[in-house]
Amino acid sequence: MIFEDEPVPGYPLPILPGHSSPGRFERVLRAGQFAVTCELAPPDSADPQDVYRRARVFDGYVDAINATDGSGANCHMSSLAVCALLTRAGYAPVMQISCRDKNRIAIQGDILGGAAMGVCNILCLTGDGVQAGDHPQALPVFDLDSVTLLTTARTLRDEHRFLSGRKITCAPRVLLGAAENPFARPLQWRAQRLAKKVVAGAQFIQTQYCYDVPLLKTFMRQAEDLGLLEKVFILVGVGPLRSAKAAEWMRTHVPGLHIPDQVIERMAGASDAAREGRKLCIELIEEIRTIAGVSGVHLMAYRQEESVAEIIDRSGVLGGRIPWSPGRDTQPNLNRIPA
Amino acid sequence: MYALRRWSVRHAGGLNAFYRSFETVLTALHPLWKLIGYQRLERPVAAIERGVKGLLFDCKMCGQCVLSSTGMSCPMNCPKNLRNGPCGGVRHNGYCEVRPEMKCVWHEAVAGSARILGGAEALSHVQPAVDRRLQGRSSWLRVTRGRAGEAP
Repeated sequence: MIFEDEPVPGYPLPILPGHSSPGRFERVLRAGQFAVTCELAPPDSADPQDVYRRARVFDGYVDAINATDGSGANCHMSSLAVCALLTRAGYAPVMQISCRDKNRIAIQGDILGGAAMGVCNILCLTGDGVQAGDHPQALPVFDLDSVTLLTTARTLRDEHRFLSGRKITCAPRVLLGAAENPFARPLQWRAQRLAKKVVAGAQFIQTQYCYDVPLLKTFMRQAEDLGLLEKVFILVGVGPLRSAKAAEWMRTHVPGLHIPDQVIERMAGASDAAREGRKLCIELIEEIRTIAGVSGVHLMAYRQEESVAEIIDRSGVLGGRIPWSPGRDTQPNLNRIPA
Repeated sequence: MYALRRWSVRHAGGLNAFYRSFETVLTALHPLWKLIGYQRLERPVAAIERGVKGLLFDCKMCGQCVLSSTGMSCPMNCPKNLRNGPCGGVRHNGYCEVRPEMKCVWHEAVAGSARILGGAEALSHVQPAVDRRLQGRSSWLRVTRGRAGEAP
């Protein structure tokens, strides 16, 4: 969709009344469109082209791209840098911030820096423990948790001050997000946790991978009972499984990931497992989009990023809408590929 | 001690009630504490607090106790120091992602707070970021001073 008040596509938009950010992602959500976000795996390299190559495969299919912050406690290019590169090309990144590696001084600096570089969306995360990644000998920081991180970001944005109380002259205009895992224990308290995040400032939620729709429906009903569905946009995490073996590995090794046995059995019984994985993902998206209160999907296709376009296309969730990407619109001077 | 910590959560209701009256007694004795001097009391009281709460809750002496709001399960035992609820990595058996031999501190907190009157409501309060300067100091004295209307 093209917004008529878009000065130059890809540039920050005017902030509408009731909006927090000049970003397209917030516009899409508040316009009631079914939003699609995805995850970009940051490169293990200092080459900016590695970032652009990874972003380009999503062109025309996603409304925002999440830049992960050392996901799985593995070391990669920083999320702030990936976001800065992406905004240069006009993309709408979601800057993930994890509490694992930075204290409140560094985090607040990154929020200001990110916003200065054109980041309009921030996802506040606790982060995986260091034991999960490639540097288990590292110091886990966890000075803040995801909820106090949300509070901190909101204080910067709405009260124009640091946690210390010191004034900032220009507040970061950002949409604040958080994660939730409707599939992890204690199940009965997950919606309450979401409520807490909403109180702390979360405006959108991206969930952990969903392979269990009935469990998601229960969670959504609980969220509705708590009156949360009008207060927060919920994007459900989905992703294609590559094989039964990969699925089995994921559920034993990825913290908090829940894959029911039937899913693994279905994958094991398929002749072309990767294709079955994509098919399952499309079916999940089709089912998830019909659940009341779901505002979109968050596609995490780790090492299968090229399948995102096909999955989104075949699921039909965009309904003919083409999200902005560099070069989508006709002006030739905008077809700039960043150096 | 881990076993005692689990016991404390199972008896969260009673412990919380005891804690409440203990707090009232401490607050009533504020004039006495003031006479002795809070500064002078800090070290011995912190030592007692460390002993008692260390035994019962595996207390980490963060100096800003929230046990009554977390079902008597000390959140500082969470390897991620989470003060506002469990992370998304809790295992299917309710155990910790980082320390698989330990029951998730927040899984315990939810169970414990169900045993406390008003516990569920207390659990939903957003806890502020931890003030790391208070590490090792007595939370009891701090609360007593606060309740007596003095800046801790």
